[in-house]
Amino acid sequence: MFYLSMFTQYVGQYMKTRMQYRADLVVEIFSDLLFQAVNLIFILVVFGHTQLLSGWQRDEIIFIYGFFLVPYALFSAFFNIWDFNDRYIVKGEMDRILTRPIHSLFQVILERIELESLFGVVTGIVIMFYAGSNLGLTVRWFDPLVFIVLVIGGALVYASIFIMLASIGFWSDARTSVMPMVYNIGNYGRYPVDIYNKAIRFLLTWILPFAFVGVYPASFFLGRTEWYIYALLTPVMGALFFTLAIILWNIGVTKYRGAGN
Amino acid sequence: MDKYIEMIRIRFLMMLAYRTNYYSGILIYSINIGAYYFLWTAIYGGKENIQGLSVIQMTTYIAVAWMARAFYFNNIDREIATEIKEGKVAIELIRPYNYLGMKTMQGLGEGIFRLLFFSVPGMVIVSFIFPLNYTSNLLTWVLFGISIIFSFIINSQINLLTGIMTFFLFNNDGLIRAKRVVIDLFSGLLLPISFYPLWAQNIMNVLPFQAISYIPSMIFTEGFQGKEIIEALIYQFVWVLILILPIQILWLFAKKQLIIQGG
Repeated sequence: MFYLSMFTQYVGQYMKTRMQYRADLVVEIFSDLLFQAVNLIFILVVFGHTQLLSGWQRDEIIFIYGFFLVPYALFSAFFNIWDFNDRYIVKGEMDRILTRPIHSLFQVILERIELESLFGVVTGIVIMFYAGSNLGLTVRWFDPLVFIVLVIGGALVYASIFIMLASIGFWSDARTSVMPMVYNIGNYGRYPVDIYNKAIRFLLTWILPFAFVGVYPASFFLGRTEWYIYALLTPVMGALFFTLAIILWNIGVTKYRGAGN
Repeated sequence: MDKYIEMIRIRFLMMLAYRTNYYSGILIYSINIGAYYFLWTAIYGGKENIQGLSVIQMTTYIAVAWMARAFYFNNIDREIATEIKEGKVAIELIRPYNYLGMKTMQGLGEGIFRLLFFSVPGMVIVSFIFPLNYTSNLLTWVLFGISIIFSFIINSQINLLTGIMTFFLFNNDGLIRAKRVVIDLFSGLLLPISFYPLWAQNIMNVLPFQAISYIPSMIFTEGFQGKEIIEALIYQFVWVLILILPIQILWLFAKKQLIIQGG
């Protein structure tokens, strides 16, 4: 309950700060849209030169991308921790966090929320409906429920990976280029994993399980029965990785030495 | 001049202090290029070539584009924005150097560091794993070298422009992100410009972005031949000159506009 009221208070403060720079907020939402358009353009341009990508049609790929945008939007709205190392460890901000009586990760997350990213949910759903209608897909009664579960699972997978990477900062306080790179790898979950070789498929499934954010759950709605097991594993992977991430974070906090300023 | 070279050196040493995580960076970069390799192999799906590029040239293109990015990429726009927001820019302005010049030099120090400790070992490692085609023609390497220097200048100029905009917008994270997206797409990092439909190519021909990534990568993969290379280099050079103008104008206004928000 206390956590919930902290959450609403932080959101309230956040809205105030964002409204201070309205022009920037508009540009930011616009840049998000642009970012989403870039990937759509990539797919469209590529399919201008080919008909099938390992047996997947253009609209299926677009649908996967649309699905990917939804958990990704949740992730970037609430788990914007990829400058954690610079901001909290190198500059010693973590000292302040640790003196307060709320779980440190929760505070860091609250301080870094970016609610405008939630627009991605809308874009994603629009893209899915567009691609879905081209493919002649219909919405079954259980689809919305499954959708919510898979989206949360996917968002947790994404969040866990980045929480774990942020936790590394507790051991080595050097500036790290790993996060942006892993972020790039994250984009490969948007494409069908069967275009990659076994090693990369394994990596995307079990080590950096980005495939659970895009292609696996999306294949449930595309009726690709061969991937159903993976689709249903999505919430399991989300819960498992999130637990691991929290454990790693908690261990990391005990190792924090305070960089001072 | 000495002080600018000193600034390159200091930034280089600063980066050197944190070099260990660049090794893991190379590994992840390779995975990144690898994923593109599979994506493009699937896209080619047995086709001999698309838009004059074979699948090996395409993979080389992607690898070189990313490795060159390590050189020309910098965060000076974000640094300028932070210095303005924190009020540090006031101190910077009274120091006896050209602020924008100094920022560019810091970016160059970073770029040279990443070129030596990231791009070069990265290219070697990547070429062991994937079938890439590095040309043995020395001239191509020289032209590529010239071309990525232009890439660095143009990318830095665009970053300076974005950074200076903070003087007017006060908070321009959105603009910085928009700029990054535009550069990724229109510079040819993700897709060679020749893959786009013609009308889009025509638009991009009047914008500076393809000078950042498409031109050096095409020179390296020998997608450009003879006269095309010369034209491409001239295109880059002309944009270097054109971009000086808005930077100088905005900078003049910015200094008048300056509000110190703290410091």
